[in-house]
Amino acid sequence: MNLVRALGAEFQKVFTTRIWWLLAILLAGYVAIMSGGLGAFLGWASQNPDAAASTGNSAPLPAGLDLAPLVYSFASSIGYVFPVLLGALAVTGEFRHQTLTPTFLAEPHRTVVLTAKFISQLVIGAGLGVIAFAVSVGAGSAALAAFGLDTGLDSSDTWALIGRGVLAMALWGAIGVGLGVLVTNQVAAIVIVIAFTQFVEPILRLVASLSDVTASIGRFLPGAASDALVGASFYNIASLGSSESLEWWQGGLVLAGIAVVATVIGGATTWRRDVS
Amino acid sequence: MASGIPIEISGLSKHFGPVTAVDDLSFTVQPGSVTGFLGPNGAGKTTTLRVLLGLEHASAGTATFGGTPYSALPRPLETVGAALDASFHPGRTARNHLKVYATAAGLSSARVPVVLEQVGMSDYADRRVGGYSLGMRQRLALAYTLLGDPGVFVLDEPINGLDPEGIKWIRGFLQTLAHEGRTVLVSSHLLSEVQQSVDEVVIIAKGRLMKSGTLASLELDSAPRTIADSPDRPALAAALTSAGLEFIEGRSGFIVDEPDPARVGHAAFVGGVELAALHRLKSGLEESFLSLVGEGEAS
Repeated sequence: MNLVRALGAEFQKVFTTRIWWLLAILLAGYVAIMSGGLGAFLGWASQNPDAAASTGNSAPLPAGLDLAPLVYSFASSIGYVFPVLLGALAVTGEFRHQTLTPTFLAEPHRTVVLTAKFISQLVIGAGLGVIAFAVSVGAGSAALAAFGLDTGLDSSDTWALIGRGVLAMALWGAIGVGLGVLVTNQVAAIVIVIAFTQFVEPILRLVASLSDVTASIGRFLPGAASDALVGASFYNIASLGSSESLEWWQGGLVLAGIAVVATVIGGATTWRRDVS
Repeated sequence: MASGIPIEISGLSKHFGPVTAVDDLSFTVQPGSVTGFLGPNGAGKTTTLRVLLGLEHASAGTATFGGTPYSALPRPLETVGAALDASFHPGRTARNHLKVYATAAGLSSARVPVVLEQVGMSDYADRRVGGYSLGMRQRLALAYTLLGDPGVFVLDEPINGLDPEGIKWIRGFLQTLAHEGRTVLVSSHLLSEVQQSVDEVVIIAKGRLMKSGTLASLELDSAPRTIADSPDRPALAAALTSAGLEFIEGRSGFIVDEPDPARVGHAAFVGGVELAALHRLKSGLEESFLSLVGEGEAS
């Protein structure tokens, strides 16, 4: 009962400020450009292999490569930073604006509040996932169709990929809550999200892929686990990821584990502290 | 309306590392009157209130509402209305701010326009809080306390930042709440700020209880005294000491434990000290408060 109320309050908190739709618009724009643009480029390259090869910087595409999952998966492979940010802001914003005081006065059971944040950001992350895949499938399939390529939209595999992608985005929202409660300073949390997702992890994945031993560890990196869960990623053809990725359900468990462990540790430490 | 419940602070201590913010504090606040919780800045008022509201952990002792700690109240916002630092998400409107916490506490959102009206904020309800003045934030913080129509009010410096009209309004507001039988605890670092609205006072300094009782008893505490000042304060202090007079140093001079200004004047004359001021203390209230608080600071 208390959790239901707390959940309602957490959704209201998100939707009564502007950041959620700003992030949603950015996400949609980013994914549209990448999926549409890359869909068009790959479509052109597959139809004009000679011209593509002559540009010198593009490895010939593997024959028979199914482009559709690759293009659609941009929604999560590049878009996952958005649910993480929104999840982290849901926690750090309370510290930054000192709204933990009214929050804990209305619901003194702090675990209930944190659980509500976790669940609400799972749901909102899934919502962002739906937006992101709607855009990537919309822009990507239009681009592929323009070059007469298979859009894969009649295949159940494609739709399963989209479903797993939405699940990945949901888990990233919950990871954001875990990060936010571990790193309660809002600026620090944002810097960590951007730095880790955009620089640190891509470099780690590249370095890890250089040897078999590190590769088996590198596949447990959160971004790699996410791509494993979704089942396709730009990283795979860019040779950034290891060829031996986790099973999709293993990837999902890695993400869920990170989200739960971070939230539980934060909940037992920063979340318990005096609110002043 | 929920009924008034006494606030019971018993042996409460709170340490921040080596610093003792609240030191074995005990007092009770009864329903039906407005109680001023007074002390200088840093006396431990806000810390006491935060521990009472379950936001900080006590190092020792208890702080309860009729025996029940805040975190164990079955319906907290319907039992206690509390306004501490007036902090809000700047991007949220007043109406949405209240809606969020009405939802969290399981209260009807129909309460939101009611409490906005009560604090005179209806016209500004749909503006983002970021643009609010301090006085408007204070009113919004009060609106939050009214959401659950509770029997107990705990307000930290609610008068701070209000304009004269707002101060007049809040005085009447607090009195109304108390007359309805609710418990009202209002903190302030200025006695003069709450003098006209409180019936009872709890005075603390350096985390310790200095006095608890009616406002009138505070006045009785203070025998008439004399204020004397000199361009040469050390010389005046020496002259007063050699005349055997007790005194403390206040902002406007020495407060001498002597009802007759003539005797103080004589002491200065004997010591050959020039006087800049010499008069009887009119209202004992503020000086009594300052001397209580000053004792705390001196110890």
